[in-house]
Amino acid sequence: MSGNNEPVDPAGGRRGFLGVAAAALAGVLLAPGVRLIEIAQAAPGAASATAGARRGVRWGMLIDSGKCASGCTDCVTACNTENGLSGGTLPTDSQWIRKIEIKEVRTGKTQSLPMMCQHCAEPPCVDVCPTGASFKRADGIVLVDRHSCIGCRYCVMACPYQARSFVHEPLAGQKPDVPRGKGTVEGCTLCVHKVDRGEQPACVTACSDAGHGAIVFGDLNDPQSEISRRVAQYPSRQVREDLNLDTGVRYLGI
Amino acid sequence: MPMRSPSRFALAVGTLVAGLLVAGSLLAADAPTRVAARAAQPVIEPARGGQCVQDPAFMRRNHMELLRHDRDATVRAGVRDTRYSLKACIGCHASKTNDSVNSASTNFCQSCHAYAAVKIDCFECHASKPAPGAAHVVVKP
Repeated sequence: MSGNNEPVDPAGGRRGFLGVAAAALAGVLLAPGVRLIEIAQAAPGAASATAGARRGVRWGMLIDSGKCASGCTDCVTACNTENGLSGGTLPTDSQWIRKIEIKEVRTGKTQSLPMMCQHCAEPPCVDVCPTGASFKRADGIVLVDRHSCIGCRYCVMACPYQARSFVHEPLAGQKPDVPRGKGTVEGCTLCVHKVDRGEQPACVTACSDAGHGAIVFGDLNDPQSEISRRVAQYPSRQVREDLNLDTGVRYLGI
Repeated sequence: MPMRSPSRFALAVGTLVAGLLVAGSLLAADAPTRVAARAAQPVIEPARGGQCVQDPAFMRRNHMELLRHDRDATVRAGVRDTRYSLKACIGCHASKTNDSVNSASTNFCQSCHAYAAVKIDCFECHASKPAPGAAHVVVKP
């Protein structure tokens, strides 16, 4: 099938007509020189969508466990819905975020908080990955490139937060924005597809929709951002600070 | 006799040439039929969008390179330019009958890949259908 001997497409005429019809629909002029598609492409975040992950940014979360309601699982549900997870809690089910209860042994005081990938600045999962599939983006989000993941699960073992899951079964009906597949490791992506559009992760939105507002998402490197001001103002903690991983997810009140 | 033989000769030659032509045209017409009988020709379903991001002949040879290039840019660097994105391909090429590029043997990706005997791994992880309610992207040439 060389370039100058292409088979003639028998549906060429029809396709041509459809193309013209579709172009006519999508290209309806709303105002001189403005079309629907151009408005869609000029949506907020579209500029950063082409720019990609910016180097100076460090995305992070500040979770106030004082505001996190015991028994509320809205963040978990939102994560499952957004990313197409089953929501099952078997050892073989993927779990990107989970609610945990911690208890002060002496006083019996309990606290609730969500636990997920902490998006470390020095991620152990990246250190141990033999293929380079586990990696940290320029803006600090730690991800798995499933194209090169071989499913060895070293990262699952290395993660101190048990934040990574392995997909054991063939999957169907994945979300177009969140490809997932058997034989690869996965974990919280900080809803990278939404962040790249200039939106907030699903759990953050769900928490504020539920009226708790326990999670603040933002750029830890920007001193003017809400999260940076709070981190500067209140004493926040990292889980397993002793490991010196410099986590992107910080907690208040633990 | 000398007057008639050339005309007979001409007649014979004419018949032979005509016979060869007919046989040739029959053979020529027969060839694609035999190929078609051996392997099902790919069914190319009409796309939904206007114009493809590249010339169809170029896409037939190079779509995998474009996808591989953009997948690394998207996953690693977060560049979500839709020009060569798999999502944009699916948005345009999803079948109008089952809304997929890979579910039925007549679907856009599947029919050609079955013909070429190349297994597609993309859709073990990636959705083969556009997002519900998502308007497909019309790419400007």
